Parts: sequence; C-alpha cells; structure tokens
Amino acid sequence: MAANPMHQFNVYRIGPEIKLGEIDISFTNSSLFMVICSLAILLIFNLGAKKNSLIPNKMQLLAELSYSFVSKMISDTAGSKAKPYFSFIFSLFMFVLFCNMFGMIPYSFTVTSHIIVTFVLAGFIFVGVTIIGFIKHGFGYLKLFVPSGVPVILLPLIVIIEIISYLSRPISLSVRLFANMMAGHTMMKVFGGFVVSLGIIGGWLPLSFSVALTGLEILVAFLQAYVFAILTCIYLNDALNLHH
Amino acid sequence: MVKKIIVSILIFSFALFSMAQSSESGGMPQLNPEFWISQIFWLILTFGILFISLSKFILPKISKNLEARKSEILENIETAEKQREESENKIKEYEKIIVNSKSEAKSYYNEIRQKTLADISKKQKIIEGEIEKEIKEAEKEINDLKNKAPEKINKIAIETSADLVKLLIGTEVNASSISAIVENISKKNKEKYYGF
Repeated sequence: MAANPMHQFNVYRIGPEIKLGEIDISFTNSSLFMVICSLAILLIFNLGAKKNSLIPNKMQLLAELSYSFVSKMISDTAGSKAKPYFSFIFSLFMFVLFCNMFGMIPYSFTVTSHIIVTFVLAGFIFVGVTIIGFIKHGFGYLKLFVPSGVPVILLPLIVIIEIISYLSRPISLSVRLFANMMAGHTMMKVFGGFVVSLGIIGGWLPLSFSVALTGLEILVAFLQAYVFAILTCIYLNDALNLHH
Repeated sequence: MVKKIIVSILIFSFALFSMAQSSESGGMPQLNPEFWISQIFWLILTFGILFISLSKFILPKISKNLEARKSEILENIETAEKQREESENKIKEYEKIIVNSKSEAKSYYNEIRQKTLADISKKQKIIEGEIEKEIKEAEKEINDLKNKAPEKINKIAIETSADLVKLLIGTEVNASSISAIVENISKKNKEKYYGF
C-alpha cells in the first residue's frame, strides 16, 4: 500500500528541543529547508553580484536577469513610487520561488505548503501595506473602500464588500499559495502511489501522468511565486497611488 | 478554468484520501499547531537574514553593475557618435582639400600654359627675326654674286678670247679691243646668258 500522501507535509524536530521560555522553537525540517533556500539564494546572488564584467558570465546573467525581471514587474504594476520596496519584493519572490522549487526535489520538504508560513508572509504584507497606506495618505486611505462613480444607494453595500475583500486579502494570498503547493504535491504523491500499487503492468499510465505533473508542478511553483509577488505589488500600488 | 477543475479534483481526491487515512495519521499536518510557533520563528529569522543581506549587500552591487554597464554602453555610443562626426568632418575636409588642390592644379596648369605659350611666341619671334635676317643676308649675297657674275664672266671671256686669239693667230692682240668686243656681245646677249 502506498504511503499516506499527507505524510510528506509532516513537520518533525531535527536535533534537540529548543525552548524560549515556554515557547517551542525547535529546529525542524521546515526550518532546515528555510535555511537551505535562503543560503541558496544568497550563494547564487552573491556569486552573480561579485564580478562586474561588461559581458556577464552565467551567474551574473542569472542575477541580473532576475533583478531586471522583478524590477520590471514592480515598475509595471506599482509604478516608480514602489522603488524603495524593491528589495523586499525581490527577497519575497526569490524566497517563495526557491521554497517552491526546492519542494520539487523528491524527499524534500516544501516550506510554502504550510498555511502558517504563507499566512505569516501574507499577514506581514497586509499589515505593512496598510501601514504604508495610512502613512502616505492618512485617513484618506479609507477612500480605497469608496469607489468613485457608484450610486449613493448602493454605496453602503459596496463599502462593506470592499472592506471584506480588503480584509480577505491575506487569507486569499496565503491560501492560494499554500493550496496550490499542497494540492500539487499531494497529487504527485497519489499518482506515485498508483504507480507502485498497479505494478509493472498498469503502472505506466500513472507514471506518465506523474512525469507530466512534475512539469506542471515546476510551472506552478514558478507561477505561484510570481503571483504572490505581483499581488504584493498590486496591494502596494493601492497603498502608494490611491486612485480607485 | 483548467486549473480550477484540477484544483477541485485535487481537493476532492485529497479529502477522500485524508478521510480514508484519518484514523492512521490524523488529517492534515498543516493544521497541527505543534510546530507553528517554531515555523514562524524560523521563517522570520531566515527571511529576515535573507532580506537584510540581499538589500544591504547583494542587490546594491547588482544594481551598481547594471548601472555601470548601462553608462558604459551609453558612453561607448557617445564616443562612437563623436568619432563618426569627426570622421565625417574629416571626409568633408578631405573633399575640400581635393577640390582646392584640383582648382590649384588647374590654375597652375593655366598659368604655366600661358607662360609657355608666351615663351614660345617670344622665342618664335626671335627665331623668325633671325631667320629673316639670315635670309636677307643670303639674298644680299646672292644679289652681290649675281651682280658681280657678268663682270667676272666678261673678264674670263676676255682672257680666254685673248688666249684663243693668240693661239690662232700667234700674235698679241690689244686687250682693250677684245674687251670692247666681249662687252658688246655680252650686252647684246645679256638676256640670253643671265636671264635678266
């Protein structure tokens, strides 16, 4: 019988239990992959930034292409005012992308497949964007909930809908990433289990499915990181350029 | 749309699986709060370190590299433009020099031609004058010879006649009478002998 497809999402302690007062902050496999992803990003971009040749080498090209990709994404969606937030969005995009991609390695752990991780990221973005909005526009930021050109009768309803949609942003942002990652990995595991249980005669169909799914999942891993970053840019755009 | 369908199928299948194996594992590990705090702590730590080192050390370098490349390319383009302009100016100068030298050469040619022509005509005149002078001298000589010729011939004729007479007769004849006869004959036949 195939292993439980949810088993891959188990978090377990690596090494001794670390306690900060009453709180358990032990080093887990999740922490391990966070550290690996961060180190990988730092390593790659450090190598890419080290040399400055007029004609870039491969690492430099990679770093510079990523830089201009994120930079273009930000300037396209949030305008030139979002430039101070570039490094945050860059780090966010790279972190999510690397966590997703490292999760594609068999027997690894996908950090972003845990709702708590994505929710903390999304919640931080939500709080940060709200604070930026109030700093930039004061109470005028509340105009975000009052779209222009709406009949007065409909206004209370629209405002309530807008507030709900605004408040659900961190939930939708975090659940989107978490659900995509979890669903993809579960599906791959399920098909992998089918390959084993159907044996050498019937296992070819789920195996080919599994191969196709791997390609799809790599695409989804990139796409979800991109979506996460671009939604952050859009929220930032709302906070910076208030014209609803 | 396709993705929505896939996701719904997934959620369905995964609900089935989790139901089937709930007794074994106890549902989604994601909803087990045992390690939530630990995950949050490590997320903040690693992401914070990542963010700080990217924003403080790595991204400025990359941005500087990009800027440097951009400015270098712009500079190179500028230099190329400048050099192109310079070369165009040079070409114009060169063409001007060629035109100038052509006109100069033409004027030189004309000048020298004029000079040579003048020289030639001058020399021609001198030579013509010399030739004329020589011709005149020669004519004069010829005339002299012509004018003297009858006299000499008369003299020779007289001497010859005297010698002939002496041989024929054996006596000396008066020279003056012979000369008178010869003179008379030559005067008579001047036309016939000399043509004038």
